[in-house]
Formats: sequence, C-alpha cells, structure tokens
Amino acid sequence: MNAVDSAHLGARPRTALPTTQQRSDGFAIAGRIAIYATLIAFALFFLAPLVVMLVTSLKPADEIRSGTFLALPVAPTLEAWSKAWTSACVGVNCIGVAPFYLNTFLITVPATVLSTLIGAINGYALTQVEFRGSRFIYGLLMLGCFTPYQGVMIPVARTLGFLDLAGSLSGLVLIHTIYGVCFTTMFFRNYFLDVPKELTRAARVDGAGFFQIFFAIMLPMSLPIMVVTVIWQFTSIWNDFLFGVAFTTGENAPIMVALNNIVNSSTGEREYNVDMAAALLAALPTIVIYVLAGKYFIRGLMAGSVKG
Amino acid sequence: MPEGRIYSPGHAVAVAGFGGGSRQVLTALAVLIPSMLAVGLFVYVFVAWTGVISLTTSRFAPDYTFVGLSQYFKLWANDRWITSVANLGIFSLLFIGLTVGAGLVLAIFLDQRIRAENAIRTIYLYPMAISFIVTGIAWKWLLTPDLGIEKLVRSWGFADFKFDWIVDPRMAIYTIVIAAFWQSAGFVMAIFLAALRGVDSEIIKAARIDGASLPEIYRSIVIPMVRPAFLSVIVILLYQALRSFDLVVALTNGGPGFASDLPTTFMFKYTFGRSQLAQGAASAIMITMTVAAVMIPYLYSELRHERRR
Amino acid sequence: MATLAIRNVTKNYGDLEVLRGINIDADDGEFLVLLGPSGCGKSTLLNAIAGLEAISGGDILIDGSIVTGLEPRERDIAMVFQSYALYPTMSVRKNIEFGMRVRGVPPGERRAAVEKVAQTLQLSSLLDRKPSQLSGGQRQRVAMGRALVREPKVFLFDEPLSNLDAKLRIEMRAEIKRLHQNLETTIVYVTHDQIEAMTLATKVVVMRGGVVQQVGRPQDIYDRPANLYVAGFIGSPPMNFIPADLTVEGERIQARIARNGAAPVAIDVGPITADRAVLAGREVILGVRPEALTEAGEAVRPGKVAIDATIEILEPTGADTFAVISLGGAAVTARCHPRAFHSRGPARFELDTASVLIFDPGSERRID
Repeated sequence: MNAVDSAHLGARPRTALPTTQQRSDGFAIAGRIAIYATLIAFALFFLAPLVVMLVTSLKPADEIRSGTFLALPVAPTLEAWSKAWTSACVGVNCIGVAPFYLNTFLITVPATVLSTLIGAINGYALTQVEFRGSRFIYGLLMLGCFTPYQGVMIPVARTLGFLDLAGSLSGLVLIHTIYGVCFTTMFFRNYFLDVPKELTRAARVDGAGFFQIFFAIMLPMSLPIMVVTVIWQFTSIWNDFLFGVAFTTGENAPIMVALNNIVNSSTGEREYNVDMAAALLAALPTIVIYVLAGKYFIRGLMAGSVKG
Repeated sequence: MPEGRIYSPGHAVAVAGFGGGSRQVLTALAVLIPSMLAVGLFVYVFVAWTGVISLTTSRFAPDYTFVGLSQYFKLWANDRWITSVANLGIFSLLFIGLTVGAGLVLAIFLDQRIRAENAIRTIYLYPMAISFIVTGIAWKWLLTPDLGIEKLVRSWGFADFKFDWIVDPRMAIYTIVIAAFWQSAGFVMAIFLAALRGVDSEIIKAARIDGASLPEIYRSIVIPMVRPAFLSVIVILLYQALRSFDLVVALTNGGPGFASDLPTTFMFKYTFGRSQLAQGAASAIMITMTVAAVMIPYLYSELRHERRR
Repeated sequence: MATLAIRNVTKNYGDLEVLRGINIDADDGEFLVLLGPSGCGKSTLLNAIAGLEAISGGDILIDGSIVTGLEPRERDIAMVFQSYALYPTMSVRKNIEFGMRVRGVPPGERRAAVEKVAQTLQLSSLLDRKPSQLSGGQRQRVAMGRALVREPKVFLFDEPLSNLDAKLRIEMRAEIKRLHQNLETTIVYVTHDQIEAMTLATKVVVMRGGVVQQVGRPQDIYDRPANLYVAGFIGSPPMNFIPADLTVEGERIQARIARNGAAPVAIDVGPITADRAVLAGREVILGVRPEALTEAGEAVRPGKVAIDATIEILEPTGADTFAVISLGGAAVTARCHPRAFHSRGPARFELDTASVLIFDPGSERRID
C-alpha cells in the first residue's frame, strides 16, 4: 500500500547508525555476535524446508524410511523427479505433473498478458480523469481487489456454467483476468501518478491524442512497472489454488490442484520422494523468477502486498 | 472576427467544460467503462448475489425460496463453524504477533551494516514466491511425527520426544501458524526494513549527539517514526489470515476431523463438498463482511492521505 | 507568428476564482511576460492559452480567431515546460520530431527540420542521446527545440529557466532573447523572476490573485508602477516605501517626512495636480527606488534634497554598496558607490526628487 509501495529495498546501507564496529568493548562485540547468530539462525529456518524437500526428492524410497530428513541421500537418484513429471498419480490418472504444467502455462500466460495490458491503459486513463467522484470510483475498484473470493465463488461458478466455460481453461483465464485487473490497474495508476503531468501536457501540445500518448510515451516508459506487474500476475496465477480447485475438474486442473491431488492420493503407498519432487517442480517457475528478477518481485510484493 | 460571439455569456457557458482536454477525459472514461462494468458485476453484483443465496434454502443448486436469516442462525449454531471462527481468532493473533515481532527484530538487525545483507534478504523473502500448497506440503512432511522433526530429534537420542501437533486436534491449528509464519516473516521484515531506511539519518545523528544509545534510539525515535508501517503490516497480515485457505488445505485439510478448519475451508467444504449452497453462501458473506470491516477503513484512510495532484 | 488576445477570461475551481476578467493584447512578434508570485494565476492563464485547461468565461483569440473551445493540437502553439517534460524513452531527435510525427509530416521533411533546429540550438551532436544522458542546460535546449521545430503561431514558456543554476540561467536568458530577436515570433512567457521579465519582455503583465495589476513595457513598469504591489514586486532591492505628509506650498506640492528627534525632511514633488490636491493634508506613501537615494557630494546638486541620517547596515555587493538608514519610521535602502562609505554611523545622502512617486495608502494606487 502507499506506506510502502515506493519503498526500495536495495536502499542505501545505513551509515548514520552507530555501529558497534566503532566501539570496541567486549559488550559491543557480544552484541554483534548475537545479531549475526540470530540472522543466521533465521536464514537456516527459512532455507530448511526447501533443502529438506530437495534432499528427500533425491532419495530412493527405502532411505526415506530408514533415515531422518536431514540425512543426505546415500544413493542420490532422479527417479522420483522423472516419476513426478511423467507418471505420478493425480487422483486415478497416473500421468505425472507434465500435462498440468502445460495447463497452467495456458492459463497463466494469457491471463497475465491480458490483465497487464488492460491494467496499463486503465491505470493511465485513471490519471487522466479528475472529477467529483473519480476517487470514489477508484476506491471501489481497490476494494474490489481485496474482496475475498469466497464472497463471489458461487456466482462465478454459476456464471461460468452459463457461459459454457465451466471447468475449462478459458474460464480460468477469464476469471484471473477480471480479478487481476484490479491489481494491475492499481499498480499502473500509482506508477503513472508519479509521472509529471507536464509530460502528457507536452504531448498534447505536440498534437497527440489519448492513444498516441499512451502508446508512444506512457507505455514505453512504464517498462519497470510492467515487469513488476507481469511477475506479480504470473506468480499469483501460477500459485493459485482456490479458483483452480473450485472451477476446474480432472485434466483441466492447474498445477497446484494437481499437486495437492498427488500428495493426497490415497491409492497405493505414499511416495514422499515423488511428492517432494512434484512440489519442487510446481514451485520451480516462480522460484526461477524470484532468483532472476527478485528486485521486481519484491517491488510487486510491496505494492500489492494485501493480496494473499 | 465574429464580434457577436466574443462577449456573449451564453457562449462562455457553453465553452466551459469543453476544450482544455475534454476529449482526453472522455476517451479516458470510455477506456475505463468496460473494466468498471466487469468489476462492478464480478465483485459487487456477485457479492450481492451470494447474499441473496444465503437467504434461501439452496442446497445443490440455487433455489430461490427465501427463508430470511435462518441460514445465519443455523450457521452460528453449527459447531464446525464456531470451531473455524475460534481457529481464525487463534491463528490471526498468533500469526500476526509472531510475524510482526520477528519481522521487526530481523529488520532492525539487518539494518546494522550486516555483511551479505543482500543474500540474507533473498533467503528471508523467497518463501513469498512459493505457493501455499508447496509450503503446506513441505511443512506437512516436516511435522509428520514418524517422518519429520519428531523422528529427527528421537534419532539424536531423545527417545521420548513428542512433536505430533499436526495429528493432535487441540494443536493442529498451531502448525498452520508455523507454516504461515515461515511464509510471511521475511516479507514483514522487508516492509519494516524499507520503513527503517526511510527514517531521516540526520535525526539519528542528532540523537547520537544528544547521547542516546542504540537501543534507546530505536525504542524512542526510530520505531515511533515507522508507526505507519505497523498499521500497514497488521492490516496486510490480518487480510492474509482472513483469506487463508490453500495452506490449510495442503497442511491439514482442516483436520484432524474439522479441528483446524478456518471459515474459508468451512465455506468451501459446505459449498462444493456437501452441496449446502446456502450455508456456504452465509459463511461467505460472514467472511466478506469481516474483510470489508478491515479493508474499508484502511483503504479509505490510504486514499484520503494520498497526495493530491 | 500571430497576435494574441485575451478577452475577459475567467476561471473558477468551484468557488475559487483563479482568473478574474483578464484582458491582454499581444501584437505580432510580442514577447509577453506574465509575471507574478506563485498562485497568482499566471500558469493557469498560460495553460488556458495552450488549451490545456478549460476557462469558465471569456475568449482567447489567436490571430483574430477564437480558439477558446479548441484542443491544444488545433491551436497551432508550442510550449516549453518548467520541467522540460522531455519524453524519457525517446532520443533527442525523436523528442523534437514527435509533434511532426503525430501530425503526419513525412520523414524527409522531419529530418530536415530537426537538423535545422539542432543547428540553431547547438544540439546536432546530441540528437541520438536520451534525455537522461543530458545536462540540465542541454535538456532545456531540447525542450526549446521541440517547440521551435514546429514553427507555431505562438510560443508558450512556463518558467523555463527556473530549474537551472544561476549561471546557466543567465546564459539561457540571453539565448532566448537572441532567439526572439532572430525569429521575431510571438512569445508568452511565464515567470516569477522580475529580472527575467525586465530583460526579456517587450510587454510585461504583472498579476496578483488572478487579477492583472499592470500591463506595460518593462521600463515603464519599473519607472511608473501602477500601485504599491507592482512597485514592491519589481526591482531588487525593492522600492523603498516611506510614509510622508502631503502639503500644498503655493503652486507646488511638498512631502514632509517626519524624523525622530530631528526636523522633518521636506521634498518638493512637483506642481499641484487635481489628483494630488485631493490628498493634500493626508498621509501618503512615497515610493523611492534605492538608486534615487545616494551618497551626497560636497554640494547638493540641483533637483536633489540632502538628508542626514545614520547608516545602520552596510551591504557591499561589489558594484554597489547598499546603505540602510531609518527614514520616516521605515528602513530605507540607498544605493551608493562602493567606496562611498566604509563604516556605519552618521552620513549625508541626497534624494532625486523627480523620481519620487506618491501612492495613496487607501487605494494603493500611484497618484500623479
């Protein structure tokens, strides 16, 4: 929200604070050690689940039974990964996560592109209208972002049925686009609000109309917020479970629904290494984005942080 | 020169509102209308529709036989709903308290010219990129007694060690707190860190010259100055708690029994599992109203204080 | 190139009147400066001329035709903004030719026009750079180039120099003046800097609270400000305002400045006029430019009155030294030769009586 949306975490390191390096008594050194110990302990806490998943996914089934989760694999194998990809059982269908991966891309990519483009032009349009009540309308839009999906799920299900989109990928694209537009509009609006009004004025004096200004000037200069928005939307939609589980069935399920089904499949013996491999596969795209574009991801988090 | 028109007051009135960019404004409005209609329909009309269903006897499919508020009385007489609401209370309090506390401490610690600050921040924040389902699966694995932490500690020689919250109906809700804390603590740290970095360093210099110690500076100057960040963080976390759904499904699926259900999982199970549409709708309205009670005042104050241009 | 006429223009935001019945005429080739403090309505008026803001009443005419209801693009104007408003993602060349591009000017023509303007403004070597790679002065030039290239009827400048440092500002000021002299275009220029107004304008419009205070040539406004506000706003250091009593002495009017513990200073301010006669016997405010009050020589020259006073503050500026004395209960600044005084204390000054102005404290108007 506004209190934090302009915050840049890559910010300057603090220089004004008295650091204990400037003091040399033992008390200060002990304090310094305590600070580092706390920070490292938390780092381990945050890393542990990922490491454990990775280690477990590389173990053969018997090693999971025999050792603890911290024990490194004695005979590491990628078998669980290949099984997760191609033949793990999602309900009664033992087809692995691969087809669901494809589903999720087919949902996520169009919904991300559509909601980002609509949000961009909406955000620009919102900065161009100032009339009595325009703030109120924006407020309604923002409140729309934060309406819990439980409140709309039953009508959405009925509507998708009515549109003959029930259980389909396009139905999910539609839903993700509509509910995503609130956020993308908010992102772009807040960004364009910081663009000096004189820029639009200069372009109008130069003779450009609304769409010329948008496409020739605003869109090119919104690249940073566009990256933030695309990452935000991609991550949210990729990680979605609620819409997927409510509005799709069987083979049209997105990855998170399929993953949950794999883990909770009651057929046969539990294969924890396959579960972990499947979970890592499901998390992989968003982790890759985080590693490659963490800065933009965090900026999106800060700007749209209210989205659960 | 068309003399007659120049000073005619009627002309002046007609001109007001035209020119000066009215075309720009009209185009902008035309651009916004489809999205406004879509949000109006898919948010506000749909919530109202849910409200209507909650007043009916709908079970498998909507059945518009109105029965007043009786679905709500039925809901609040339902043990499962009461449990889920109580769980939400426990969960929200602990989750917010722990993440705010840890987030603030970590932010302050990280603000002490820490070596490898970037790496530490990256590690703290990555859980936010991961879906709740994956988080739930990872923690379920760690918390399952005969596989996870219990087994590990026993292997160290503490044969009587017990850590079976996830299968204990009284404790299961706390496992959700752990996983949710893991996911969000780094994010809260990031918000606080940004706020701390926004504090004018000259104020801190002044406090040092006044002779304040580092803890004193934080306690009496820096933390009060980042108070707005507390409000944002608490609202954000409360909102997140109210909407938590995926994590519960993946970690406990509301179990054992319904001991760790939240209102969101209750709503889902009644609506899609048990075909009690009207009950689901009534619970959905309760959730929506609670979120609205948190978000409306917050968004209102955010928008009011927004810089005017 | 064109004439510009503002007829009875008003602008309200709700109950707030930002412009109240503005009337201004600018000839072809005029350099019209709208001068006033922030919030006086000068930028609103400029935006109204540009068509960026709608007006509530009145009309704006360019070359005799009403443009009041027209969009900016239909008015054939160009504008230079305070922040320059360069399009950040476009190169200098693209910035300059954007207006021609949206108007559908063919590429060859665009290229030639850009080259020509770039030459005039010494931008030729910068054409492929992005605005972020330019210095403040270079950005300023690009903003001007973008306006010049279109050869519009009227140029609008919105405080174009206020973001430059002092030295660059003076250079660019001279450059704008040269451009105007070479191109002989009609320019409307908004500034709060009275020196810019003095140096650039062929006609200055002083505004305050949405009302035009005075319109005139710079020197006229300096010499004969219409009221106390204009008198105080123009000139640095500002005009001295000294309370005095007006009396009739035969056919002449005399102003008497009371002195604490000394005989009043009597100044002959000219023959009786009808307007001044009305004020006889009342207190008025004398307007005295600092340069009208200087150190006295051995003998008092004709047309001057000697004033003995104590120097309270001396402010050397290099070219002049300003001496602050107390006169008629007001702190009064005298512009002196740098070597005239070296320390505070008693000194003798002389006042040029012909340049003393008289203001009515009630209406604040200059009374001739």
